[in-house]
Amino acid sequence: MNRRFDIKHYQGFLAITCLCLFILYAPLIIVMIYSFNDSASITNWGGFSLRWYADVFTGPESEKFKLAAWNSLSIAVMAATVATTVATAGAIGMIRGGQFRGKSASFALISLPIMVPEIVTAVATLIFFSTIGFKLGTLSILVAHIVFCIPFAYLPISARLQGIEASYEEAAQDLYADRWRTFRYVLMPIMWPGILSGFLLAFIISLDDFIITNFIKGAGIETLPTAIFGSVKQGIKPNIMALSTLLLLFSIALVTLSYFIGKRGQEPHPTD
Amino acid sequence: MAAGTGSGRTVSATFSPVRGWLLLPSWLVIGIFLLVPVLLMLVYSFLTKEFRGGVIWEFSLAAYDQFVFDRGLFGDDPPQIEWAYITIFVRSILQALGATVLCLLIGFPTAYFIATRPANTRAIWLFLVTIPYWVNLLIRTVSMKFLIRDNGPLNEALLAIGVIDAPLQLINTNFAVQLGLFYSYLPFMVLPIYASVERYNFALSEAASDLYAPKWTILRSILLPVVKPGIIAGCILVFVPSLGAFLAPDLLGGAKTFMIGSLIEEQFKGNAGNWPFGAAASMILLSMVLVVLLFYARAQSREQT
Repeated sequence: MNRRFDIKHYQGFLAITCLCLFILYAPLIIVMIYSFNDSASITNWGGFSLRWYADVFTGPESEKFKLAAWNSLSIAVMAATVATTVATAGAIGMIRGGQFRGKSASFALISLPIMVPEIVTAVATLIFFSTIGFKLGTLSILVAHIVFCIPFAYLPISARLQGIEASYEEAAQDLYADRWRTFRYVLMPIMWPGILSGFLLAFIISLDDFIITNFIKGAGIETLPTAIFGSVKQGIKPNIMALSTLLLLFSIALVTLSYFIGKRGQEPHPTD
Repeated sequence: MAAGTGSGRTVSATFSPVRGWLLLPSWLVIGIFLLVPVLLMLVYSFLTKEFRGGVIWEFSLAAYDQFVFDRGLFGDDPPQIEWAYITIFVRSILQALGATVLCLLIGFPTAYFIATRPANTRAIWLFLVTIPYWVNLLIRTVSMKFLIRDNGPLNEALLAIGVIDAPLQLINTNFAVQLGLFYSYLPFMVLPIYASVERYNFALSEAASDLYAPKWTILRSILLPVVKPGIIAGCILVFVPSLGAFLAPDLLGGAKTFMIGSLIEEQFKGNAGNWPFGAAASMILLSMVLVVLLFYARAQSREQT
């Protein structure tokens, strides 16, 4: 189609889109490039090298990083598992529970962790744990992560469930399947891409959290983001750039995975 | 989703007898570990401060009073207006508004462009915009700091091509914080606008075009009113987290660029903190956010009726 007469086309929008992507990616790509810098100075380029990656795994700070990585990963796995389970049950209750009093209140409650500013959640959680005398540490971090992961798991799961016709479950129940079997053998196989995608998003959100973790981690325990933040406060060092690059690529890999799983779930199933 | 079900679809109720049990875990977890803590924070904001962090359980309005009045070191001087905290709140609102406007200027054309791509490439463009959202915000902010610091790559590049003679001092300025907020929340603006432009029926634009409406008039008078809910949603998604941001002002700014988030954090770190004051600052921030969200909810329900 001739672009001048294409009513969808606006001059300059492509340029702005490229600018937008440039702004989003330039800082990340530059840090990635400098993480391969052989020089100990972060300003001058001293040739390509993997020494800072070696430093992350074997250098003087490697023990700290490994412990922080272990904390981050174990908390993220547990928080995402619990949050996804809670969110799956919640999504079925909301989407397949018919019309009921308190439905919008329930939805508001589930969305609450997204709506409350992170710093406010952090303060409130710290005050809560300190009032009940709960010792700050891995468990307090885990509890807080479960809370804010729930809405992130809930969104893809409920979106998936909304796209599934209730006739499948009705057919199963007509054939005398109880509710558990209906869920296990009918609903679950259709909605699993949503559940998995919700799990992965919750996992990333937990892995990335800094503000809330920083408030309630207590002394002596670090996750990757709090360890990176502590380091950066004393200046950006090349090993931190290497560590950041690794974490960044890990997140991108997970999002890509979640994206393809979600896409697979969208493929039309036979009755559509 | 089957075509033609539309808004008239019946509500599925296959699990309605057990919905209470299904929703109970969500209610309990979020109720106990978020709703109760927020209410407790409200209580704390009316308590007396303990000097080494924590509180004394005694009712006091001191935390809120401290925002507006300076009563001297011992609290018995005649009250004077205290501008420091008011300035921080005004600065936060201005920074958040600025970030919202910048995000809208770049985000709207981007969202529109992506939504009008053919179906096969649209997903790729969208995916490219989504990825940075999932990358650790801390790492993104650190990257921005690395890029714009005094002898960083941006200044080097500008010096090399001769645009400037001396490095620009960007870090520790309000501009750096503004840039950081804009950069942090840009994807939040693109996604909701994209969603509403994608649903827009271009037959409306074609009809306007057949009646000789100029292209930019079509954009302004036909498309914009239809996609307005998406634009408002995007603005809220940028404004709300910008208002309470901590990382951008902390890493890219300095003492002169303090925002609400940094003020709150300071009250809970170490022994110098003031818990009731921090709780009060959080309550004020939360109230501001709730006002914005209520305004949004009302605008939405008016849109639907």
